[in-house]
Order: sequence, then C-alpha cells, then structure tokens
Amino acid sequence: MSQPELPALTIAELQGLLRRREVAPREVLESLRAHIEATEPKIDAYLSLDFEAAADEAAKVDVDLPLGGVPIAVKDIINVKGQPCTCGSKILGSYRAPYDATVIRRFRAAGAIPFGKTNMDEFAMGSSTENSSFKVTRNPWDPARVPGGSSGGSAAAVAADAAFGAVGTDTGGSIRQPAALCGVVGVKPSYGRVSRFGLVAFASSLDQVGPLTKTVRDSAMIMIATAGHDPKDSTALNQPVPDYTAGLGRDLRGMKLGLPKEYMIEGIDPQVKAAVDAALKQLESLGAEIVDVSLPHTDYGIAVYYFLATAEASANLARFDGVRYGHRAENPRDLLDHYGRTRGEGFGQEVKRRIILGTYALSSGYYDAYYLRAQKVRELIRQDFAKAFAKVDAIVSPTSPVPAFKLGERTADPLAMYLADIFTNTGNLAGICGISVPCGLAKIDNAQLPIGLQLLGKALDEARIFEIAHAYEQSTEWHKAKPPAPAK
Amino acid sequence: MADTSELDVAYVAKLARLNLTAEETGLFEKQLRDVLKYAAKLGEVDVSHVEAAAHAIPVFNVFREDEPRDWFTAEEALQNAPRQANQLFVVTKVVE
Repeated sequence: MSQPELPALTIAELQGLLRRREVAPREVLESLRAHIEATEPKIDAYLSLDFEAAADEAAKVDVDLPLGGVPIAVKDIINVKGQPCTCGSKILGSYRAPYDATVIRRFRAAGAIPFGKTNMDEFAMGSSTENSSFKVTRNPWDPARVPGGSSGGSAAAVAADAAFGAVGTDTGGSIRQPAALCGVVGVKPSYGRVSRFGLVAFASSLDQVGPLTKTVRDSAMIMIATAGHDPKDSTALNQPVPDYTAGLGRDLRGMKLGLPKEYMIEGIDPQVKAAVDAALKQLESLGAEIVDVSLPHTDYGIAVYYFLATAEASANLARFDGVRYGHRAENPRDLLDHYGRTRGEGFGQEVKRRIILGTYALSSGYYDAYYLRAQKVRELIRQDFAKAFAKVDAIVSPTSPVPAFKLGERTADPLAMYLADIFTNTGNLAGICGISVPCGLAKIDNAQLPIGLQLLGKALDEARIFEIAHAYEQSTEWHKAKPPAPAK
Repeated sequence: MADTSELDVAYVAKLARLNLTAEETGLFEKQLRDVLKYAAKLGEVDVSHVEAAAHAIPVFNVFREDEPRDWFTAEEALQNAPRQANQLFVVTKVVE
C-alpha cells in the first residue's frame, strides 16, 4: 500500500496492516500528517496538532495491542497531558493540560496515539461548531455548510480521512448530529459507560464521551478500549465491558425495532424522510420487524434539555474564575470586578447566553417552575423509553431532521439552532445509548449531503445497537461514500 | 410557569458574576424571552404524581477506599496559574 492511500483506511484495516508489519506506526503518522496538510486549509478541523509528541509514542508503541499504533483525534474538551485544551474558548486560550483524562490513559494503554485536538463549539454548546472562538470548521461535503456540532471538528476530520477515528462528547446530540451531517458513524454511550475524568464538564447529568469513526466496527473497537469503571469518576458504572465486536455479523432475524410516531414531525426534510424510510425497508429485508412505538413526551425534550443543561452549565462553568487557570482580567478593582470582567472577556456569546438562562432557571422564585418541573418531565421521558424498550430491542429515527445547513444560517436564532437536537436530546435525558450511521445522500444545491440514521438502545445495551448498525451498514454502500476531494 | 416578562438579564448576570455589554443584555433579553415562550409548553404537562429524576441510571452510594494517592505536585498545579508567587496562587485582594 502506498503512503497516500493509508489515511483512507478504517481503524480495523489499519490495525491489520500494522500487526502484519506491512506498515510502521511512523509511516502511518507521516502519511496522516501529509494528508492533513492538504485537507486542513479547506476544512479547519483541528485546533492543535502535535506530531512530534505522537512520533515519540509511535517509536515505542506495541502494535499488537488492541489499537497499537492507531492515531486518534481528540475533541479539544478532553485533557491530553502537555497539550492545549481550549474547549473552543478564549478563557482557556493559554491552558495546557497537566494530566491525561481517563479515556486518554486507556487509549494509550491500548496503543492508540493522540496527535491532535479538534475544533468544537465553545464548551460544547452548539450544533454547528460555529461557536468556536478560534475558527470555523467546514463540512467536507460542501465547504459552504456546517459540519454540525458540537463535535464538528472530530466529525469533519474523520469524514475527510484527516483522522482514522476520533472521540467527541455528546450532551444533547453533539456526537451523533455532526456524525450524521458529515457522513460518519458516531456513538453516544449510555450515561456512566465511559469515564469523564479529565473531560471539561458542561452538563454533568448528560455528558458522555464517545467515538466518531468510518465504520461501526471501528466505534466498537474504541468502546472496548475506553469504556468501564473508573475510581476517579463516581458516575462511571462498575459494570463489565462486553466485547462489542463479538455480535457483529449476526443477522437481524427476530429483532424488533421501534418506530416512534412522534418523530415524524413537520419540518423534517423530505430527502431525510425518504432515506430513513428506505433504511427501514432495508432493516426489514435483513430480518428485523418494525413495530410502532410511542414516546409521548418527545415534544418536551428540547425545553427540558435547555433548562437542565444550562442550569448544570451555569454551575459547572463557575470554576472559570481566573484564579487557578485560564484568562484573568487585568487590574481588577476588587473581587467582583475580577470575576465579572474575567468571565465577560473570556466567554463567547452562546456560553454567556446559556449561563444566564441556567442561572435564571436556578434562581430563587423560578427554581420550582423551571428546573424542578423540567426534572419531572425528564422522568416522564425516561419512562416513555422504558415502556418502549419493553416491546422492542432498539428504536429507529433520523439523527437530524435536516442535512448540513449553511454557515451562518442559524447563528442569529438560538432557538432554531437548539431544535437541531430534536431527535437526539431525549437519549441523553433518559441516559440510554445511541448511534448514528450513514443512510443516504441528499442532493441540495449541486452538493451531496450525508443523512444519518439513529438507533437508540437501552442503557448499557451498546452491543445490540452495534449489531444492528453493523448489519445495516454492511448491507449498504453509504459508509463507503467519500466527500469530494478538496480542490487543489 | 413563571411570567417570561420577569426575566431581568442584568440582574441574573450579576448573580452569575458575568459582565455583559449593554448590547448583549438587550439581545439576550429578547432571545431568551423567545426560548422561555417556547419552553412554556412544559406547563402543560401534569407532573403532580412524578418524582423528579435525580439520575438517568439509578446508582446509590458510590464509595472507594480512603487511601492516599499520588496527585499533582505544587509545580503541576500552578503551571496554568494566571499569577503565582512562592508556590502559591496570587489572587485579587479579598479582605481589607
């Protein structure tokens, strides 16, 4: 295999070459670096790259480890020792991570090599990556369009073969939605499946770390390496991690898939609907039975999500006070001036907007009306899923109601941007797992734009959604579709 | 649900220790009123018999052994400090 062809490989294919000693980890990094130099001027997926540190690791890595020698891109909200971790925010512009997050420690233990940090909406707040304080990432399928968000850099990098695989974080859809918009696989693990130690917290009852990859198998491999209990994160469940690749290749006979009638909303793009309908037929032809289910509280998801996520964010982001790390305002008059100006100067507009909404939802006199009521409706959403999963093995829906929208199209209207997560946020509220797989290409303005199919599974039932997603993926050609090569 | 006209962004910003420009205050006031209007639909739901969800997956009493562990050295803890001296964070004056 010639070096320029290497970046197009999947993790599983790359791992095979490395293990057979047909390619060395150093050559893999060099070919990836050369490819990124060609793609980066077009898509701007990365906030920082450190191929020197990566080369040091490649020189000593054991290629027989589960991910031995595989370079991994990391969303810039996860601490990688010695590297920046800006969270897309000016307030952390000069911060360097003093330690490895648990997922990074596990990646290293599995032989994977972190080499770059990907762009994102500031503190993961957004659905287009346009809220980054540093750069605008473009969708490799159409540079006039967003890659989705908040893990837009990770999704764009994988789609453009500028990463073999990446990790992102998903609080309301921030892995699955950009995966759908860029035509890659994205997984939101169940709440508590993956340790969050070393992840900068946005909304702690919702955040999860998960993979973005070219195939379902690659995501399963990353999950095996990264999931599991961690004494440093009390929310990381003490449950065994199954071999997520064991069930791949099984057919879907006897499998029941639920189709929630509440997801066929107005405003869903006709090409998205057509692609999902075709995917349902395909799943049936593979032996699955499609069953109608009802998730009656779906319509309240976004409202619940925005009170809870912003309330939690307003508390989590209180740590950015300019005392121990991050930006500090010059010459403060007193402590209040220090806090107010440090935060006013350091945070971007969407983060400020959400801190205000969250603080309001938690403030005296409004707590019961907003926060507490939202928590109660969240419980009803959780029960909706529990009832549905008593009847079906997984739930099928579009990942996003629309393909990638244009840069700037939704930035002036926060509510329109929030609605991008309409099919994904309830999965976070209920703590269940979800995956997005490519299921079609919409044709809009002479561009081909990927469409994602979402499969939602019971909490800790990742193995099942990997099985279904893999069977679907391997029976179609969508995962092989590549964006047009960047113009030279 | 509470009346959305009660949203006073300047007051909430003070609670959040977050300086906003006059422009931001005006913009957020308008945008967040739209969000609150949208969210008013939560008022339709009968939650009188519902316990608030505390955790997506019920987990109780997560303990670990109380053993000393290695952690940051002072140098590591201070490596991102905006100001430091004598192995300490220098902070804005708190007491007169």
